[in-house]
Amino acid sequence: MYDVVKVGPEELNGEIIRLDGDLAVVQVYEDTSGLKIGEAVVNTENPLSVELGPGLLSSIYDGIQRPLPVLMKKSGSFISRGISVPGLDKEKKWEFVATAKKGDRVSGGDIIGTVKEFHIEHRVMVSPNVSGTIKEIKSGAFTVEEPVCILEDGTPVTMMQRWPVRRGRPYRKKQDPKLLLVTGQRVFDSIFPVAKGGTAMIPGGFGTGKTVAEQTLAKWSDTQIVVYIGCGERGNEMTDVLSEFPELVDPRTNRPLIQRTILIANTSNMPVAAREASIYTGITMGEYYRDMGYDVALMADSTSRWGEALREVSGRLEEMPGEEGYPAYLATRLAAFYERAGRVVCLGSDGRIGSITVVGAVSPPGGDFSEPITQNTLRIAGTFWALDTSLAYRRHFPSVNWIKSYSLYLDSIQDWFVKSGFVDWKEMRDRTMYLLQKEIELQEIVQLVGPDALPESEKAILEVTRMIREDFLQQSAYDKIDSFCPLEKQYWMLKVILTFYDRTSEAMGKGVSLNKIMKLPLKEEIGRMKERAEVEGIKSIIDEINKSVATLVVEL
Amino acid sequence: MSQVSLLTKECKAVNYVSGPLIFVQYVKGVSFGEIARIVLPNGDERTGQVLDISRDLAVLQVFEGTSGIDSKETRVRFTGQPPMIDVSIDMLGRIFNGVGKTRDGGPEVIQEVSLDINGMPINPYARDKPADFIQTGMSAIDALNTLVRGQKLPIFSGAGLPANKLAAQIARQAKVLGEEENFAVVFVAMGITYKEASFFMRDFEKTGALERVVFFMNLADDPTIERIATPRCALTVAEYLAFTHNLQVLVILTDMTNYCEALREISTAREEVPGRRGYPGYMYTDLASIYERAGRIKGKKGSITQIPILTMPDDDITHPVPDLTGYITEGQIVLSRDLYRRGADPPIDVLPCLSRLMNLGIGPGKTREDHRNVADQLYASYAYGRDLRRLVAIVGEEALTELDKKYLKFADEFEKKFITQGEENRSLEQTMEIGWDLMSMLPEEELKRIKVDYIRKYHPAYRKG
Repeated sequence: MYDVVKVGPEELNGEIIRLDGDLAVVQVYEDTSGLKIGEAVVNTENPLSVELGPGLLSSIYDGIQRPLPVLMKKSGSFISRGISVPGLDKEKKWEFVATAKKGDRVSGGDIIGTVKEFHIEHRVMVSPNVSGTIKEIKSGAFTVEEPVCILEDGTPVTMMQRWPVRRGRPYRKKQDPKLLLVTGQRVFDSIFPVAKGGTAMIPGGFGTGKTVAEQTLAKWSDTQIVVYIGCGERGNEMTDVLSEFPELVDPRTNRPLIQRTILIANTSNMPVAAREASIYTGITMGEYYRDMGYDVALMADSTSRWGEALREVSGRLEEMPGEEGYPAYLATRLAAFYERAGRVVCLGSDGRIGSITVVGAVSPPGGDFSEPITQNTLRIAGTFWALDTSLAYRRHFPSVNWIKSYSLYLDSIQDWFVKSGFVDWKEMRDRTMYLLQKEIELQEIVQLVGPDALPESEKAILEVTRMIREDFLQQSAYDKIDSFCPLEKQYWMLKVILTFYDRTSEAMGKGVSLNKIMKLPLKEEIGRMKERAEVEGIKSIIDEINKSVATLVVEL
Repeated sequence: MSQVSLLTKECKAVNYVSGPLIFVQYVKGVSFGEIARIVLPNGDERTGQVLDISRDLAVLQVFEGTSGIDSKETRVRFTGQPPMIDVSIDMLGRIFNGVGKTRDGGPEVIQEVSLDINGMPINPYARDKPADFIQTGMSAIDALNTLVRGQKLPIFSGAGLPANKLAAQIARQAKVLGEEENFAVVFVAMGITYKEASFFMRDFEKTGALERVVFFMNLADDPTIERIATPRCALTVAEYLAFTHNLQVLVILTDMTNYCEALREISTAREEVPGRRGYPGYMYTDLASIYERAGRIKGKKGSITQIPILTMPDDDITHPVPDLTGYITEGQIVLSRDLYRRGADPPIDVLPCLSRLMNLGIGPGKTREDHRNVADQLYASYAYGRDLRRLVAIVGEEALTELDKKYLKFADEFEKKFITQGEENRSLEQTMEIGWDLMSMLPEEELKRIKVDYIRKYHPAYRKG
């Protein structure tokens, strides 16, 4: 079961997905046109595996870890069939620096040396199921297949490991996700945060900005490694990532973003079966870097296409369909995938901690969230960013609906905020949410009786929520300054708006009219906060608010 | 080239006919996806494709329909080849049927090369980033949902809405600024009426572009199943023209809804598990294999830009056909019945419209530095104005604040002056001018989406002073 086979004279790659007596059902990862009855099938007796080692970063692979640049060299601009290429470059020599020494006892997960992969220290680990005493270890330039270390019992250790994609890599212990994944996006970080090692889902109809959201997260998340899986999506989008990432600079390391990114592309016109595998290929690579003790963010765009691939295969197998034709095991498979996320104590004796955060986009047909993939993902994902078509139509981006979305990490993450100096973050967030909720109620009234019928105090709420929506929640993914908003700036921006609300309500209590306050130049000042890069300028708005509103009170 | 056996296999063993499918027994060595010639008792020859093979049974879909096929005398000859089309640069100016045979009474095209109509997926790594702004002369598209070369931008229409007129106008006016390059149009008709097809033909004739157009015609009364092959044949030709002859190819596909219906027909005949509304579960993949053939390739001069047209049944954008299309294509242009009744021409409802590649084609050096900002601002203001319309319907215009009244007026003027343009071919400058004039109706501090510098530079109030 799940062995890789080669089918026909062209040796198309396939995988056994069902055994029935002496009959095996094979799913083929390539186009099957031209196959005949009676064609030879050769079993490689290996499960579908990926090669893990230095050289993964900045690569672009298809769903079964074939490097696309090499495919292009072999078959030109179009992908033809039956090409086998290794995932890692077997010729290239890497400079290995041994950190373990002769006589050390090592077991699975222990670090024996490092290799420089761009700016990242690639930690060479002992494969999880190997242990022994080091007989020989040497530094120097090696290819990924040459042994860098030999154990007493003669087992060679190379820089490359093979790992079956459908099996999660082992770790010692799972931890609670308690640290914030800083994404530089205001609506994500400040309002619906996701923890490192947590899971998040982004469902939304077409045109709501799922892909832009995923790409922004891939760009600005504060993890050392990013795995981006383009699963059944557009070819031009991958091109976009490919051409943009080498030019963009990671604000934390000042290195091109591509140097910390692994791309996996199975575009919508590439074979369906490989789409099903691409998600597993991606997460296995993510786990490998997690095991080194790094924080990894994995973006899957979109898991719906993966579910549809499951459905297609299941349909061909004539399995009894569950809801909407999806197989009955859809929920199990989804859960098993998302559970591979987490913050863990890695294997190895040094107790290092690594994490994988999974962010999955979901494309519900017709934007209807009641469909099986959205519903099944909802049950397992920790943060829910619901994208909204009507917000997208108004060009409110990111089009996260603040009423439907939620985050289950608020409580576990609060400590982190307090420790990082944002003591009243939770309180501010709750007030913001309260105001936004209140706005919905007030708008219902306005719909019935018109805005004039509202009392002044409630009109003030509408003015403030408009600020929250337009000046805080909205964020341009393309603006130079606004596309990445540091946490400190986010905090002060929200603080400014809430202070404005407080001062306004106080002043109105003393008899100042709302109109007068709104005529102050403050509104424009607040509206331009996004464009300012320095935090001090934003802080100073608070004083300005205090001062100018106080003058109004005195004038009375 | 794959090797082809000189032995052709022919048999007389049709044992079951169901809708567009025939089941042939006792065949050996048939390969998946190959093409077969079916000879009817009366001597007619038809083309079929193998959809399914098991030990000794082959299932074929017959492109020209199964009427007249019997289980006794009909002979089936397997060619051992995938579906191919002969392509040549001489195809420009000619008319073909749905499977690539000439239909205009002229001589057969002499092939330069014969290609598999299914094509192969473009390696994402080999794709070149679409970046050239195409000026269509339509304000709603140029300013707000910019089309770029290599994009696939469908038009979502409803029954009776003038999608054809819009598509023809785009084909007529489209040009890349500052370039005079070789272009070609591949026009693919799937299940449309003769009247619609001749509208396009006349339009191309009028502009003298006829000899730059390749027509593929599968009209409403032609066999349905042929439609499965039509877009693939056409795109194979388009790929050939673009990547071998370096032409800038615009492919117009109309109407994709008819294509999907043909797909559904085959799926039902094969007794597959249906997905939403009876369409097969693999429709996403199938549509992707058509749409994803748009694009540019590194190192090649040509490009393929697609404008598929589809009819939303009952104007429902969540219907599987527009829905799946929207998930694959890079945006959409949506026509609205409401605007059509209000007299907007073209009736483009910009709110649900989108062009995902817009940012690649605009900005300094390509269009104008304020393009993005202006587009965002027009969108936001118009959307707000539209919201107010609903409010006015309930509480009346008097209940609105002064500012809101301005927004309401803005929305009306926007539809009248900006979207409506009739036959006019507007340059981008003209379009932006209209946009700024409209925005000057609103107070300056409301223009939050625009950088202060741009307001100073382009706002009519500053320019006059």
